[in-house]
Amino acid sequence: MAEVEETLKRIQSQKGVQAIIIVNAEGIPVKTTLDNSSTVQYAGLIHQLVMKARSTVRDIDPQNDLTFLRVRSKKNEIMIAPDKDYFLIVIQNPTE
Amino acid sequence: GKTMVKPPDQLDLSEAELKEEFTRILTANNPHAPQNIVRYSFKERSYKQISSVDQLAIHFVLEGNLLHKDSDEARRQRARDGIPEDGAEDAGDTEEGAGEERPDSLEISLGKKERKLTNQFNFSERASQTMNNPMRERECQTEPPPRGKFSATANQWEIYDAYVEERRKQEKVKEKQKVLSSKKEEDKGKKKLQLVENQSDDITKVAKVAKIIERMVTQNTFDDIAQDFKYFEDASDEFRDQEGTLLPLWKFQHDKAKRLSVTALCWNQKYKDLFAVGLGSYEFTRQGQGMLLFYSLKNATFPEYIFSTMSGVMCLDIHKQLSYLVAVGFYDGCVAIYNLKEQGPQPVYRSTARSGKHTDPVWQVKWQKDDTDNNHNFFSVSSDGRVVSWTLVKVLGGTLRLSLDLYLKPFLSCGTSLDFHKQIDYLFLVGTEEGKIHKCSKSYSSQFLETYVAHNMAVDAVKWNHFHPKVFMSCSSDWTVKIWDHTIKSPVFTFDLNAAVGDVAWSPYSATVFAAVTTDGKVHVFDLHINKYEAICQQAVVAKKTKLTHIEFNPAYPIIIVGDDRGYVTSLKLSPNLRKKPKEKKGQELPKGPEVEVAKMEKLLSLLREPETVPQD
Repeated sequence: MAEVEETLKRIQSQKGVQAIIIVNAEGIPVKTTLDNSSTVQYAGLIHQLVMKARSTVRDIDPQNDLTFLRVRSKKNEIMIAPDKDYFLIVIQNPTE
Repeated sequence: GKTMVKPPDQLDLSEAELKEEFTRILTANNPHAPQNIVRYSFKERSYKQISSVDQLAIHFVLEGNLLHKDSDEARRQRARDGIPEDGAEDAGDTEEGAGEERPDSLEISLGKKERKLTNQFNFSERASQTMNNPMRERECQTEPPPRGKFSATANQWEIYDAYVEERRKQEKVKEKQKVLSSKKEEDKGKKKLQLVENQSDDITKVAKVAKIIERMVTQNTFDDIAQDFKYFEDASDEFRDQEGTLLPLWKFQHDKAKRLSVTALCWNQKYKDLFAVGLGSYEFTRQGQGMLLFYSLKNATFPEYIFSTMSGVMCLDIHKQLSYLVAVGFYDGCVAIYNLKEQGPQPVYRSTARSGKHTDPVWQVKWQKDDTDNNHNFFSVSSDGRVVSWTLVKVLGGTLRLSLDLYLKPFLSCGTSLDFHKQIDYLFLVGTEEGKIHKCSKSYSSQFLETYVAHNMAVDAVKWNHFHPKVFMSCSSDWTVKIWDHTIKSPVFTFDLNAAVGDVAWSPYSATVFAAVTTDGKVHVFDLHINKYEAICQQAVVAKKTKLTHIEFNPAYPIIIVGDDRGYVTSLKLSPNLRKKPKEKKGQELPKGPEVEVAKMEKLLSLLREPETVPQD
C-alpha cells in the first residue's frame, strides 16, 4: 500500500503535473489533489468519456480493452488510465 | 280559573290609546289588484288608463279530471283503450275501494273476462322506501413496492464479458470438485486464497493503473529523449567519415544507490526494455550493503523492482527463457536466486555456508540450460579458485534448494570472469587474477583444454563473440583489450586504451563491432570491419573522475547502457556509423544475417593468419 502512495507522490512531483484524481467505478472521486468543485467536474465528464472510449474499443474487438487515454489540449494534457474498478486522472502541463 | 297571561313583549299602551277607535271598512275591492293599469291605444296613439280593473281574487283553483262520457276526449280515450261505448255503470262500487288511482271510467266499462282484472277490492299497491344505507368511503393505501431505476446497455463486449464470467464460474466449480476429490487439505488453502481475493484495499487496487500513469507522465516529461531514442539518427555521421557518436539518452539513478558502484548490468531477453543493475562496491575497504535494481526504459525515474541485499552484489544474470529468474553473486561469496514474480524482498533461494558457498567474492554467474531432470542450473566463478555449478533440486517435501557441484578442482588461482560459448554448450572460458585465460570444458573437470597468457593484470572480462564460433575477447586493468581466436595462442588483435578497461561487450547485431569502457569515463566503440587499429568512437560520457564499470548492448534497440562507480546508469544511442552492416547483397542480406557476420570476421582473421603478423600498437 505504501508503494502505491509512493508512486502517486512521485507522479505529483514530476515536472508540470497539476493534479491527480482517483475516481471509482461510479464516477465518484476517491482521492484528489485538486479543489472540490473542479474535481467533481472532471470526474463526471471524464467518466463519460472513458466509458465511451472503452465501449468503442471493446465493440470492435471484445477481447481487447482500453489501456489508457491521452487528451492533449492547447494548455495541458489529461491522461487517463482506467482499471476494472477505478480510474486515475493526471493533468500535466508538459511544456512547463 | 283562567288567568290572563301577558306575553312579555306585548306592547304597553296607555288607557287613552287603548280606547282609541280604529275604523275598519269592508269593501269588495281587491286590495292587491292594481289600480292604475294603463294600456296603449293605437287609435288615440297614447296610453290610456283602463276604467275598470278586474277585482276578482282567486284563492284556489283545482281542475278536475272528470270527463263527460260523450265528449270528444272521452270518446278518444275509449277508442284508445278499446272499451265499447256503452258500458255498464259501476260507479257505486268504486267508492268503497280505498286509494285507487286509476281513472274510473275505464273500469266501468270492464265486463270482458279476457282482460286481466286487478282486484279492485283487494289489490293494493304498496310502496315503501327502504332506508338507504349511508354511503361511506373506505380507502386503504399500501406501501408502494420499492422502485429502482435500471438501465443497461447491451453491447457486443458486455455479452462477451458475461460469457467469460460464466465460463470462469464453471471452471471454478470444476476445479473445486477436482480438489475435493483428490486432497482435502489443500481445500482449506484454496478457501483462504479466495478470501484474500475478495478483500479489497482502496489504494492497492490502483497500483497497476498508477504505474501506467507514471510511465505516461514520465514519457511526457522526457518527451524529447523518448523521441530521440525512437527516431533520432545523427545526420552528421555522413560527414564524419567513419566515426560515430553516442547520444546520451536517459540517466538512471536511485537515491539509495548513490554511494554504490554499478557492478553488474544485464538486459532482459524477453522484455527488451527491462534491465537489471547490480550495485555493490569494488573497494575492499568499503564493503557494505548492496542493491539489485530493475529499470525499464519506459520509466527512468524509478526502478521497477528494488531488492536490498546484505552484501554487495558483484554479478548477476537473467535466465534466457524464464526471464523472471535472476541469479546473483555476492561479495561475501553467496549466490542467490531472485524470482521477480514473487512478492517480497528476499531471494527465493540463497546459498549458505552449509550448502557450500564460495569463500571469496563471486565474480560471475551464468545460467545454463536446464539439465536432464529439468532442473535449473547456473555456474559461478569466484576468487577462491572454484568454478561451481549450482542446481535447483526438488527435495522431498516440495521445497527447492541449491545444491552445488564443484566443477574444477582448484587449479585456478583466482577466477575473475567466466563466459560460456554461445553455440557449444560445454565450452567455457575462465579469466584469472594473474592474467591468464583458461579454456575449459564441462566434461573434463580436472584439466583445462587450453591456457592463454593474456594480460599482465587480472582479466576483468572474457566474452565470446555472438556470431563467430572461434572468436573471443578479453579486457584487463592493464589498459588492453585483446581479441583471440581460440585455436591460436596469441591474440589476433590488441588495443591499448590508455586507461584501465572495466568491461567489454560484443554487439548483438554485428560480429565485428564491440565496445569497451574505461576508468577515465570513456566509451570506446570499435568496428573491425571498418577500422582495425582504432576505435571509431571514443567518447566521454560521464563527468571526469567517474569510472565506468560496465557496459551492455541492448539486444533489440541500438542503445547501450553504461554503469559507473557512482551508481548511475546512462543509456546512450549509437549513431548510424556505429551500426553499419555490410552492403554486399541487399536483397539476400536478412536471411543470411549471422553467416554474413561470420564471413566478415573470417575474412579479417584470414588476413592475420598469414605469415606476417599485423603490427600491433
